[in-house]
Amino acid sequence: MTRFFRNQGWVAGLFALFLALFVLTKLIQPGYGSGDFGSLVRAVLPYAFAVAAQTVVVIAGGIDLSVAAMMALTSVTAASMMNGASEEYALFVVPFVLAMGLVLGALNGILIVVTRVPDIVVTLATLFVLQGAALLVLGAPGGAAAEWLKASIVGTLPIPGLPDSIDAWVPKALVLLVVCLCIIWIPLRRSKLGLSIYAIGSSELAAFRSGVPVARTRIIAYALSGLFAAMGGLALTMSTGIGAPIPGPYLLASVAAVVLGGVALGGGKGGLLGPIVAVFVLRLVRTDLTLLAIDPNVTAIIEGAIMVAVVMFGAFITIRGRPAGAMP
Amino acid sequence: MSSSATMPQPVSFGRRVKRFMADRPLVPLIILLILLVVILQILRPGIVNERWIANTIKFAIPLAILAGCQTMTMLTGGIDLSVGTVATMSAFIMATQIVSQDPVVAFLLAMMPAVLIGLINGIGVGVFRVHPLIMTLGTSLIGTGCLQVYQRTVIASGAKIPDFLNWLGTGLTYGFPNALLLFVPLAVLIVFTLRRTGFGRLLYAVGDNERAARLSGVRYWQVITALYVISSLLAGITGLLYIGLIKAPSLSLAEPLVLPSVAAAVIGGTSIFGGRGGYTGTIIGALILTVLTTLLTILQMPEGARRILFGLIVLFVTAAYLRIVEER
Repeated sequence: MTRFFRNQGWVAGLFALFLALFVLTKLIQPGYGSGDFGSLVRAVLPYAFAVAAQTVVVIAGGIDLSVAAMMALTSVTAASMMNGASEEYALFVVPFVLAMGLVLGALNGILIVVTRVPDIVVTLATLFVLQGAALLVLGAPGGAAAEWLKASIVGTLPIPGLPDSIDAWVPKALVLLVVCLCIIWIPLRRSKLGLSIYAIGSSELAAFRSGVPVARTRIIAYALSGLFAAMGGLALTMSTGIGAPIPGPYLLASVAAVVLGGVALGGGKGGLLGPIVAVFVLRLVRTDLTLLAIDPNVTAIIEGAIMVAVVMFGAFITIRGRPAGAMP
Repeated sequence: MSSSATMPQPVSFGRRVKRFMADRPLVPLIILLILLVVILQILRPGIVNERWIANTIKFAIPLAILAGCQTMTMLTGGIDLSVGTVATMSAFIMATQIVSQDPVVAFLLAMMPAVLIGLINGIGVGVFRVHPLIMTLGTSLIGTGCLQVYQRTVIASGAKIPDFLNWLGTGLTYGFPNALLLFVPLAVLIVFTLRRTGFGRLLYAVGDNERAARLSGVRYWQVITALYVISSLLAGITGLLYIGLIKAPSLSLAEPLVLPSVAAAVIGGTSIFGGRGGYTGTIIGALILTVLTTLLTILQMPEGARRILFGLIVLFVTAAYLRIVEER
């Protein structure tokens, strides 16, 4: 039990923070109800996938600066393919875009492994490449999304046997998010591959000497990151109905949420749940600040300050917790 | 190689060239720079003249100074992504305060946020041991927010570019850009600091093996704090220079220079993991990137294709450079 708390303490704390913020929101705006929660989840959706994409790579000991650009490219690809096409055609578009994300992500990994250039530089270069490709696909925001795709994140999912009052708090977007993440993350976490990803993030040399195929694992980690980013891109197209070739603020947000979520930037530590809760916390803070009618520019300052403060606090705890003299 | 020791055969020409380049890492960079200029001259005969060279140097200098910030922070294994925001802040504050204040006061006011952000960065990285990437991203977020709030307060007073900065940024004397008057002493100072002073040695030592440096009595946090303050100050000065060149104060003035500044330092042979590199390579890296941008503009490709090529070339150059230098 104590072990559970030690491992999950950070996530539990985050969750408590989320609940506290939620109560605060209720206090600020007594009318804050299930509908607003639904729109919060819809706003979180692309961020959550961006965070998932970043988390996988960071756990494997890397970093992916191209997440936002990848989302932009997959989003415009989906939007321009679905533009003027039939509803059924979207059934083909979705897997195609997901496969594209997987392949482009794997390409990131292959480039890192083959060229031996630091990951931060490779993904910086692919950031430019993907951004350029997005501009080539769609010069200006445009395109369209199939109606059923747009409808799949609006409203709530009726669950038989649940009273409507509880059902109202289960937006379709949340279900979609949980299903998409679980379908990939849970089998991964329990497989040998998942263990290998943690191993190369923890110590590449030790992993190599224990017979972990380091290069292959790294490529797969980046491929998964690309897959999550493609989901994020699709989520963007689903929620806006169009594709925009200019990447949104997802890179910074993803790195912030990963760190807030208790995933060490050095790799090998943390899980997916923490960062996802963290991204909810960050969005809810923004909602609260908007509800308090604070200047949106001040909101940016507060968000940045929270991020820096929490990260400093986390780092401080880590230093205190370590035996004296055992510096990294 | 043992075979060459037992049999004194003449080493093949290719090998000798490679070894020569590995010993003098600047040579391949200069060759690449000349190659790019030659390609430019072939594509557009007559473009390479005095005016073009002066122009290229003018645009390369702000990039080179920012890349200097990256070089120094990268030597310690860090990175400073707040340089863009710092440069923008000092430029914007200078342009708006000069309307009502004495130039010296305006200059001091413009440098204030730079020192402050540098100090916060340094304390966060050095004392609290936050990852530099996160720390500098966070402070740049806060800085941008502050700048937006500040913009509201000065929106009525208008902005102007001081004549002196105009002269420094765009002026020519006997065909030489005046900006060189600022850059040459600055570059000499940086190179001298890195190569010949104790502080420079400390940067290399901390980046090469932090533990060893610490055990031999280096006060880590003092070195890091000083480093980030210096980096921020340099970024602030760059902002002033850049506003004289661009002549249009905006809230995203120097932001597009951030990622290229990292690329320039990496192309120039500074290791992003710390402990290896120098400023002379970075200057040539900045020149290469500036010429490359001109080249891509002249090819009249769509914006998207230009970004793709930029990313690919940065990646290729870095990979090739690592291949050459590391084969010893």
